[in-house]
Amino acid sequence: MKKMPKWADVLLIPAINLSLAFLISGLVIWAIGKDPWVAIKTMVQGSFGDSRGLGYTLYYTTNFIFTGLAVAVASHARLFNIGGEGQATVGGLGVALVCLAVPWPHWTLALPAAILGGALFGAAWAAIPAYLQAKRGSHIVITTIMFNFIAAALLGYLLVNVLKEPGNMAAETRSFPPGAHLPTFHEMLAPFGIDFNKNAPANISFLVALLCLIGFYVLIWKTRLGYAIRAFGQSESAAVYAGISPVKITIIAMLISGGLAGLMAINNVMGEAERLILNSVEGAGFIGIAVALMGRNHPVGVFLAALLFGFLYQGGAELALWESIPRELIVVIQGLVILLTGALDNMVRAPLEKLFLSFGKGEA
Amino acid sequence: MTLMRTFLGAAASLALTAGAALADPAIIFDLGGKFDKSFNEAAFNGATKWAEETGGSFREIELQSEAQREQALRRFAENGNNPIVMAGFAFASALEAVAPDFPDTKFVIIDMVVDQPNVRSVVFNEHEGSYLVGVMAAKASKTGTVGFIGGMDIPLISKFACGYVQGVKATNPDATVIQNMTGTTPAAWNDPVKGGELTKAQISQGADVVYAAAGGTGLGVLQTAADEGILSIGVDSNQNYLHPGKVLTSMLKRVDVAVYNAFKDGEDLETGFSVLGLANDGVGVAMDEHNASLVDDEMKAAVEAAKAGIISGEIKVHDYMSDESCPVM
Repeated sequence: MKKMPKWADVLLIPAINLSLAFLISGLVIWAIGKDPWVAIKTMVQGSFGDSRGLGYTLYYTTNFIFTGLAVAVASHARLFNIGGEGQATVGGLGVALVCLAVPWPHWTLALPAAILGGALFGAAWAAIPAYLQAKRGSHIVITTIMFNFIAAALLGYLLVNVLKEPGNMAAETRSFPPGAHLPTFHEMLAPFGIDFNKNAPANISFLVALLCLIGFYVLIWKTRLGYAIRAFGQSESAAVYAGISPVKITIIAMLISGGLAGLMAINNVMGEAERLILNSVEGAGFIGIAVALMGRNHPVGVFLAALLFGFLYQGGAELALWESIPRELIVVIQGLVILLTGALDNMVRAPLEKLFLSFGKGEA
Repeated sequence: MTLMRTFLGAAASLALTAGAALADPAIIFDLGGKFDKSFNEAAFNGATKWAEETGGSFREIELQSEAQREQALRRFAENGNNPIVMAGFAFASALEAVAPDFPDTKFVIIDMVVDQPNVRSVVFNEHEGSYLVGVMAAKASKTGTVGFIGGMDIPLISKFACGYVQGVKATNPDATVIQNMTGTTPAAWNDPVKGGELTKAQISQGADVVYAAAGGTGLGVLQTAADEGILSIGVDSNQNYLHPGKVLTSMLKRVDVAVYNAFKDGEDLETGFSVLGLANDGVGVAMDEHNASLVDDEMKAAVEAAKAGIISGEIKVHDYMSDESCPVM
């Protein structure tokens, strides 16, 4: 046996990492004089215990699925897209412009248009770093992260100077027309006799995200383009030898990546806020990196990791609400999960691999 | 499906029992965090003062994300907390949506007007207080150049700036006022490093008194001003103590009074429009032992005269937000 069994790779290692993260978080909570058991119960109860909590958890999850997939697509081409934050910001602009431009009669018309608007704007924002990487060799990590700042500045300028309603103090657009309102889980499930909490922000975008997960799988593993992306990611020289153009694949992979990040806006801008506000992405672009890392760039993994971070976000809010645990500590807990599952992955992996290999030898 | 039903049923009964909890007041701090030594901290101090005096307790939360605004409002309202105070203008849209759903709960929003029957909107005449510190800055400046550093570029901060410039110009018509805003995003409220850089830039242009209306960013302004040996002016809370002898004064915006009053009034607080200005001590300048050496009698007299003039209506301080323009800038 040369490698660890697959189940250990996809299940055991994340499980150990997570347990370690929660163990350390528990110690930190205990150190500030709170009961870690109560804290974890509050988090679980608050994020899965009722339909309101679940609605918030799935709302955050939807965001993270989009940004996680965005990072994953680029990852398959060995491109590290750190610009999900900026692409989602600009995608939000696209969605807002679509929603405000037309007095939409019904969401069934508004949603496809908004999907197009968000994806196009997000892709356009990724196109420039992609071009610079493909043609000029400017490193994609540097350019995408710089474009995050440009996106924030651009949105700030537009909201303050162009899109803001006169007399409104907050920098935000006017509310979208009622026809652009996306059905929430409450409205979607009511016909089936399920009374989902009516204020939870989870909406039909969640289903769009699920479709994207399936589409992602088909694209990467079942199409020529996906094969080209993976081949390019594995070895550029081999891909060139096989007749795959590095320029084309770099740009296409980044366009898809930016488009997926931009799609997030149908959830947070159109589904939740129903207007464009500053800072609407709130780090989801960066969480996407952790989600893709944890999810091993696979749709199932991305979904589970997104759900985990949705739980951390919503559970964290509940902790702050009812346990008076300072928000800095909640960031610490989220950070520990990212640290242990992403950055310190090898800390657990290497010894475990050794362990499995020595067992493997014994069997052989 | 049945499992889901049981789940929801259990949740509903849980929500009902939670709703019967006692009606403590609650306060929601904005993204700047409650220990910003400025706006949010003033609100926190007001709440703490009430708790100490009455022995009562209150719920609080520091927001982490925009989506939590409405969430926190609803959760506190459902929990039976009453009244619920929001520190910051950014809650307006969330409150517009939530207030009608809880007609029996009283909400208090600071720095913004929300027109709902169960909402008290507290606004401050920051331009009046800023006018007074402008008078002091002009008196204290030797170079004739003073600075203003704002947080996020929004009309409210321009209101501070406009009042300040009017005070400076009224005292010394030849004075120059250099103005900078830290940024256009909420991050501008919490960027002390950039605040320090802007201060250095203003010093190099000759400013020797700098007024910071920038939340947490202002801490960097005050620090740099103290390090570079010029005077600074704090905002919202009394910040004179941060660098004794280096902070000329602080423009007090009594957010603590607004919160304290709301908590004290309790469930039957009066809703509607509430203006706190010079006349009812809602704004003012901080005079204490930390800046006593910087303020001479002439300066004190000038401030008192200006204050009396504003209260009597003799001096009209233009409010930037009334028409989004400033006659002196």
